[in-house]
Amino acid sequence: MLRFFAIRFARALLTIALVVTFAFIVLRLSGDPALMIMGPEAPPEVIEAFRKAWGLDHPIWVQYLDYFKAIGQGELGRSMRDGRPAIQLVIERIPATLALTIPAFLVKVLLGIPAGIYAALHRGSAIDRAVMITAVAGFTVPSFVLALLLVLIFAVQLGWLPSGGQDSWRHAILPIATLGFGGAAVLARFTRSAMLEILGQPYIRTASAKGVPWRRVITDHALPNAAIPTVTILGFMVGSLIAGAVVVESVFSWPGVGRLLVVAVANRDLAVVQCILLLVAMTMVTSNLIVDFLYGLLDPRLRSKGAAA
Amino acid sequence: MAPLVRISGLKVAFDGTPVLHGIDLDIGKGEAVGLVGESGSGKSVTWLAALGLLPAKAKVAGSVQLDGRELLGAPGAVLDQVRGRRIAMIFQDPASALNPVLTIRRQLCESLALHRALHGEAARIEALRLLDLVGIPDAARRLSAYPHEFSGGQVQRIMIAMALAGQPDLLIADEPTTALDATIQAQILDLLSAVRREFNMAMVLISHDLGVVAENCDRVCVMYAGRIVERAPATRLFDDPWHPYAQGLIGALPPLDGARRRLQAIPGTVPDPRTLPSGCAFAPRCHHAGDDCHAGVPPLAPSEQERAVACLRPQRLPVELAAE
Amino acid sequence: MTTPQVEVQAISRTYRMRSGLFGRPISVRAVDNLSFSIQKGETLGIVGESGSGKSTTGRMVLGLEPPDQGSVHFDGAPIAAPGTAAWCAQRARMQMIFQDPLGALDRRLAVAAQIREPLDIHNIGTKAERDARVHELLRSVDLNDSHGARYPGALSGGQRQRIVLARALATKPDFLVCDEPVSALDVSIQAQVVNLLIDLQARLGLTMLFISHDLRVIRQISSKVAVMYLGRIVEFGDADDLFARPQHPYTQALVSASPAPGRRSSNRIVLTGDPPNPAARPSGCAFHPRCRHATARCAVEVPQLTAPDPQRQVACHLVAGASSQAQDAA
Repeated sequence: MLRFFAIRFARALLTIALVVTFAFIVLRLSGDPALMIMGPEAPPEVIEAFRKAWGLDHPIWVQYLDYFKAIGQGELGRSMRDGRPAIQLVIERIPATLALTIPAFLVKVLLGIPAGIYAALHRGSAIDRAVMITAVAGFTVPSFVLALLLVLIFAVQLGWLPSGGQDSWRHAILPIATLGFGGAAVLARFTRSAMLEILGQPYIRTASAKGVPWRRVITDHALPNAAIPTVTILGFMVGSLIAGAVVVESVFSWPGVGRLLVVAVANRDLAVVQCILLLVAMTMVTSNLIVDFLYGLLDPRLRSKGAAA
Repeated sequence: MAPLVRISGLKVAFDGTPVLHGIDLDIGKGEAVGLVGESGSGKSVTWLAALGLLPAKAKVAGSVQLDGRELLGAPGAVLDQVRGRRIAMIFQDPASALNPVLTIRRQLCESLALHRALHGEAARIEALRLLDLVGIPDAARRLSAYPHEFSGGQVQRIMIAMALAGQPDLLIADEPTTALDATIQAQILDLLSAVRREFNMAMVLISHDLGVVAENCDRVCVMYAGRIVERAPATRLFDDPWHPYAQGLIGALPPLDGARRRLQAIPGTVPDPRTLPSGCAFAPRCHHAGDDCHAGVPPLAPSEQERAVACLRPQRLPVELAAE
Repeated sequence: MTTPQVEVQAISRTYRMRSGLFGRPISVRAVDNLSFSIQKGETLGIVGESGSGKSTTGRMVLGLEPPDQGSVHFDGAPIAAPGTAAWCAQRARMQMIFQDPLGALDRRLAVAAQIREPLDIHNIGTKAERDARVHELLRSVDLNDSHGARYPGALSGGQRQRIVLARALATKPDFLVCDEPVSALDVSIQAQVVNLLIDLQARLGLTMLFISHDLRVIRQISSKVAVMYLGRIVEFGDADDLFARPQHPYTQALVSASPAPGRRSSNRIVLTGDPPNPAARPSGCAFHPRCRHATARCAVEVPQLTAPDPQRQVACHLVAGASSQAQDAA
């Protein structure tokens, strides 16, 4: 088990390093940050000074190594725009994002999983078909389209809710609905197919043949098995708590991490972009580790394999 | 004596395609009855239908009575008291027949709680006794193990222990040894006949293997395309099969001793249930078929000495091969 | 004596296996020092339970998997290294048939095209000749051109196995390895395919290695039989004689375990214990923990294959003749 997690952990670190590298390369290749920030009319000596100040005059591989060294020391750089520590800028925005993504996550789980189970248990019924049509709509329609649609109906037409901003809880309803509905759709479809597969397994028939009442066949025999694949998708959703709202935050001008990222990318604010990417990679990787751990808890077949190590 | 289970006119259809065309079968107390037939003959479907274990889309008609009480269409609560308690069932693929995420103890104690109202320590002691009975070594330690930690033969033993937990009057064993190696198959069949003797339990042994059925059953029913085509005491059926299909099955089995002979292959294949021939379903593959065979389905006609055959031209001459 | 068509000398095969995803790797000796030969036109049956190494043996004989030790000779020449031109030429003369015909066929291609494929690969004949050959091959497995036009999904299990057989015969091979070819088929269909294999073997003079767990099918089709247990041959002999008078306790148990109509199970030998696990091979004679007759010697000393009579080889300390010779050898 220990070895199992040591390997996972090493892999997680490697993933983060790759993400940082990727971000570094893409951002440096796509334009000169000094020109972007100072503007094309800035005098050459100002640009030169800016470059010196940020270490942009060093060869690219030195910049790369320096960057890694800094990250190792917990130094994530300062925003090139206002000179504040990038990490601080990002942390300031996290509560706003979580205020959207955590309720949205609850919506996904509380709506998606029961809907998927219900649809599977009543396969072919009118409700099953309704759930599936809604689910397909939910994840084929891009979130910005859904967001605009909701704004059109509830803000413009009905005038019940504000279309953007962050002044009261009412401002959060449409963004949460947008995020939650799409995720619930994915989760419903996933849960349904996992349940259907489990319900076809011979051990479900064995349980019925033993005289276990159908309701308990579902709760005691089917659900613990269906939980195993569902955890994967839940882990992915937990991983996107920090940065899963880029589009929605932009549409609803919600001042979260996602919006910060969009602005920072547009401005070539390298430190901020890299800081966010690092944060995203870390949440993703952490949630993957949690998923692996949950797998071990849920599936004894994996557990004994790990124990043999 | 009234039979333990009486199945009459049992019919099953999937999506409008009939797969079982009226089965009549009595199981007496303590009796061992074999059902043989190839895939698609309806031997498993008969018992899944009888116990209400088929998916909801299956249309089931006819009657299945346990001690005179109708099971078809009975409410779920009634069936739950029959399944596992009066009639238990074990299946072919032991590896997937037990729930992979629950311990053996949980799965055994579940049956004990449902049917014997045993809980906690009492259930644990009884579970141990059952595992001991079916020959699981070191049962106390292995009670907390999961199914994947056992070999196929051991899982089938655990399945049998679970079936015995409700002290049933009838055990349906659906191809219990098909997935197992020959020497393990012998162990499981031995165990089944031992527990049957000990508890005076009736058994229905469903198998495609004539040898397995012949050795372990009192009576045998041969099924073909959703019907019973011959019913006879086990020894008599194999010494002297009457139905051409039963003869064909025995003739197709290579002998293990004596002179080698060319196998009597039955020509053609099992008919698709959607395009069943009119008349006797076996007629297109039968050497003895005449025009009348294609005209109507021959009924399972009782004959002398507990035998019945559904054939217009039963071949009642002893076949030389049947003596082997 | 003429050169045997296939000669296998002391082949072994060890797999590195992990017990679980990240377990310590252990060596599993699937096949251990196996030797046999098959004369031209003869069928050797290999019978054994799961873990006996019979399928691994089949793959090594065909060169699909190289032995760690030992050698396989075909027609007096060693099996060429896979991928070479010599191997390709050899492969056209040796073919294999597996248990699952649906897995061996391409579902999206009419079966006639699949029978034709080896002819195209090995560049045999003109287009017209190939068409004629496909027709002839379909006939030889009791099918017709209308079957050839179908897709695998539209054929029954028995028909699919015939198609696989026809494809295997397309290059006119001399040697056929069949690994459980009829195990997935119903009894009546199994008899059709077994009869067909016997007829084709006689007509084409094929040499065959027939691998199965089914004693009855093995006896029906083989002239010689090797019984395998945990990677070794424990008994070898003439098919009819071996099953009539099994000498190794394991063969005796296998024969006794085979259910027969018209016989009751009263006098059956039932082996105790689980099926053998190649990852935990017992010391001495691998069968000794399950053997009723085992003595102290069986637990320490590996019995060698020796001949108690000219028609038979047995690896057991307790079989008269075998033990004394083993001692002589030691």
